[in-house]
Amino acid sequence: MQTSFSLFPPNASSVATEMDLLYLFIVAVCGFFTILVTGLVVFFALKYKRRHPDDVGAVIHGSLVLELTWTIIPFILSMVMFIWGASLFYRLSRPPADSMDIFVVGKQWMWKVQHPEGVREINEMHVPVGRNVRITLGSEDVLHDYSIPAFRVKMDAVPGKWTTLWFKATVTGTYHIFCAEYCGTKHSGMIGQVIAMEPQDYEAWLAGGRSTGTAVQNGERLFTDLACITCHKTDSSGRGPTLANVFGSTVALTDGRSVTADENYLRESIMDSQAKVVKGYQPIMPAFQGRISEENLLQLVAYIKTLKGAQ
Amino acid sequence: MTTAVVEERHSYLDAPYGVAAWLLTKDHKRIAMLYLISITVFFAVGGLFATGVRIELLTPKGDMMSADTYNKLFTLHGVVMIFFFLIPSIPATLGNFLIPIMCGAKDLAFPRINLLSWYLYIIGGLLAVGVIAGGGLDTGWTFYTPYSTSSSNTNVSLAGLAAFIAGFSSILTGFNFIVTIHRMRAPGLTWFRLPLFVWAHYATSLVMILGTPVIAITLTLMIAERTLGLAVFDPRIGGDPVLFQHLFWFYSHPAVYIMILPGMGVVSELVAAVSRKSIFGYGFVAFSSLAIAILGFLVWGHHLFVSSQSIYAGFVFSIITMLVAVPSAVKTFNWAATMYKGSVTWESPTYWVIGFMGLFLIGGLTGLFLATMGLDIHLTDTYFVVAHFHYIMVGGAIMGFLGGLHFWWPKMTGKMYPEAMGKASAILVFVGFNFTFFPQFVLGYMGMPRRYYAYPEEWQVLNVMSTLGASVLGIGYMLTFLYLVWSLFKGKVAPANPWGATGLEWETSSPPPTFNFDHDPVVNGPAYDYKPARGVHVGR
Amino acid sequence: MADSHPSTALGAGAAAHPKLQHHFYNMDQQLEASILGMWIFLVTEIMFFGGLFMAYIVYRTAYPDGWASSSQLLNVYLGGANTLVLICSSVTMALAVRSAQVGSRRGQIVNLMLTMLFGTTFLVVKYFEYAEKFHHGLVPGALWNPQHELADGTLVALALPSGSQIFFSLYFIMTGIHALHMVVGLALMAIILWMAWKGRFSPQYYGPIEVSGLYWHFVDIVWIFLFPLLYLLGFHLGQGH
Repeated sequence: MQTSFSLFPPNASSVATEMDLLYLFIVAVCGFFTILVTGLVVFFALKYKRRHPDDVGAVIHGSLVLELTWTIIPFILSMVMFIWGASLFYRLSRPPADSMDIFVVGKQWMWKVQHPEGVREINEMHVPVGRNVRITLGSEDVLHDYSIPAFRVKMDAVPGKWTTLWFKATVTGTYHIFCAEYCGTKHSGMIGQVIAMEPQDYEAWLAGGRSTGTAVQNGERLFTDLACITCHKTDSSGRGPTLANVFGSTVALTDGRSVTADENYLRESIMDSQAKVVKGYQPIMPAFQGRISEENLLQLVAYIKTLKGAQ
Repeated sequence: MTTAVVEERHSYLDAPYGVAAWLLTKDHKRIAMLYLISITVFFAVGGLFATGVRIELLTPKGDMMSADTYNKLFTLHGVVMIFFFLIPSIPATLGNFLIPIMCGAKDLAFPRINLLSWYLYIIGGLLAVGVIAGGGLDTGWTFYTPYSTSSSNTNVSLAGLAAFIAGFSSILTGFNFIVTIHRMRAPGLTWFRLPLFVWAHYATSLVMILGTPVIAITLTLMIAERTLGLAVFDPRIGGDPVLFQHLFWFYSHPAVYIMILPGMGVVSELVAAVSRKSIFGYGFVAFSSLAIAILGFLVWGHHLFVSSQSIYAGFVFSIITMLVAVPSAVKTFNWAATMYKGSVTWESPTYWVIGFMGLFLIGGLTGLFLATMGLDIHLTDTYFVVAHFHYIMVGGAIMGFLGGLHFWWPKMTGKMYPEAMGKASAILVFVGFNFTFFPQFVLGYMGMPRRYYAYPEEWQVLNVMSTLGASVLGIGYMLTFLYLVWSLFKGKVAPANPWGATGLEWETSSPPPTFNFDHDPVVNGPAYDYKPARGVHVGR
Repeated sequence: MADSHPSTALGAGAAAHPKLQHHFYNMDQQLEASILGMWIFLVTEIMFFGGLFMAYIVYRTAYPDGWASSSQLLNVYLGGANTLVLICSSVTMALAVRSAQVGSRRGQIVNLMLTMLFGTTFLVVKYFEYAEKFHHGLVPGALWNPQHELADGTLVALALPSGSQIFFSLYFIMTGIHALHMVVGLALMAIILWMAWKGRFSPQYYGPIEVSGLYWHFVDIVWIFLFPLLYLLGFHLGQGH
């Protein structure tokens, strides 16, 4: 039995210290009230112990001042917690613009990690310290959840859409990855390791890895293999809309609505091509649901994001 | 002390006797007893599953059983404990027994529907036994899609049906309480003279009738998707699994209030009775129950902060969740203030009440950690959550239930249990409980995910502690069971009012006659009207 | 909160009505309890259907095209006819309650029978609608194979926008659960009819027929929501296409 004992997981990301402080703040507030109230209860129970079987308590029915006090103080404290927590959450749900990408796909019962440079890993994820890393998460089957306690981040992998999380590792080392959303028999075996490295070590590791082509290169190959290229041309002459500069743009749809072409829109348009058809085009594209894996889909979208129009 | 000799009475227990007279009874008190027996059986079954879980977690490697068995154990533990023990626990036993009496009525408004509710519960329970006998269930009690609809090979549909039927039983109980409280109160018993136990059950009943139908339709949709292919959540045809979670938690979060509100009602009664003093801030305690019930319906999204729910929706759910802390705090402070200048007895109910307050405080306050969105990213789906809800649902609800049982046991059975035992088991349960679940807060912050069959070695110490605590807890519960059963046969005969408490239930005999009162009661004063001038004589 | 206190009716002194149950003070209290009970039950029913309407709203927003195209495949004329049938059944139900209040046994029997007749008609029409959906492969799951019927009866494959399977899942679940409520309602009506036949109801005692009527009206109202949401939606949007 390992007997080393600690109360906190390793502190290895840029948010870990703030997370721990927020935790300790709430521990302090809650600890204070727990001790206050249980202390009062035990104290009153002892001090006003019944002396004679016929005794009754004093006739006191309440006090508005006290009621307001213990309504307002908890209210204010809880609002402080809300504001701090909401602010941290907001920052954690918006990856910085300079983040590097890593794609992660959950599948019963493993994590498939794909670096944009083409190196792939299973149940291991190498990351550089000091850089913002944005994880795009997908799932091939049921719900999973990518959890890295040392970085204090966690996000569900939801089949049918992509989710993101980001972190900046600060300390080199090896840390746990867990699947935190129950996913069947080997849920507790769906674990792995993050290996946080110095940036130059990371580059060396990447260079030494067996790359099967970068994500963009693979996406480009898929774009041809799946015959996307026959309809989506670089100009507007194809039967489908051109995909140059599509990422991040606002797309008008046949039903009069418009959407922002983010990753999830591109994903949906491939998998379920009739869902949001671009204005001026016929709904003729086949749906690729069930015909393309989540990993390939991530590569395809990575490629589409790089498409730029003629300058 | 002049203990009046309790003459041989025609109580509800010795009125027409025999199996048929019990199984076809329309007497709310007998139905409460039927419920008490059946929930005890399910508590034992659920406890057995928990034992299996705790034994497996003694070692970091999965070695006592297969992963599938473990997954079934924690799933069945949850399903049985929630749907077949906690939800009916206080309302269907103490509530069923006491609400008509506290209202000064002869029975609930719909005695036959009350019996039907018990039968539905038993049918649901038998289906649950069928699930267990037929190889179990491994989805977690949450039945999340798409695992439940397309991946699990276990008896998901049957389990869904069992929960559906048990839910129907719960709806009928809540519905009966609401009509009874509205229409059956004795002359003079105005809303603000009602005991707080009744207020708490009124709030609980609102949650039962508004929430339970939503879990019913959610389970129906899940079963339709799994068995008929009428898919609504399946991502392969464009469905959204997160919608299932929304619908599920729309009931299942308020369901936590179904479990804890009646416990709060019990504690309000007990605090006043053990202190022989009017409850401090009656109106605030009464309305805080309603506030909790209403706010409870607006917070379900706090289970979905990392589920891809919109962050702005998350903000709204987070802030409303924080607001629930306020009425809970109001109740707790009022209970503490009630004891101030009281005449506090140190009989067994006091031990249970103080235990409840300690555990409920920790359980309620740790909810703040999870409502704080940023922190919830780190804590959600970990043992922190497991510890938090066990503090509420086991620490709070079961402590409240057992406290209430010790307080009203003389009324319900006409027998006294051994005092020393009552105190000893309260202490055992309190200590065992804290040893079991406090380490899990630490495990949770360290990142140990829920529903893990094997875990990294560095967490073994805390898990062993937890298992040891669970054995003490188990002994505490078994001890309680043993001496309460013993008291039925060998216990001293209870007087009408062993605690010198106020309330209509203490004005009738122990146990009460079939129609509760010998004369139609009339109420002339507020609840908890302890008058020093008159004095209170035990047994009068 | 409404507070009709039993004390107001205490000491009426009149001999208890034979239908007065032991735990009520008087007939008024008994009737009020049963009516309040039925209203509360209907609240639970609203929440039950509420979950379905929630799912409907979510997917209607996500898949407007799928919703419009699928809705056009429902038979708005049969649906419309069924709406009329149900409205008629509500009228006869209301008349049956009225008959009980004024003590007309014949009125109760005739109106209850008419109500049951309308209810059965509804279910028969529903059967033909379902059969047509099966014929056209509009049943989600393994049987999903949307087809369009030409004038000469041949079936040709039909391409439907995404979301259509979910629409039809919800269509079958919503109308199916509604039909189940109709069946329960008909069983209830059969019991009430038998009681009316035996002359159980009187101006002093008509609780069972009144609360059954409330239930029946509720089931009708659910349909009044289902009809526009499922059938009229495509009919309305179809004008523009």
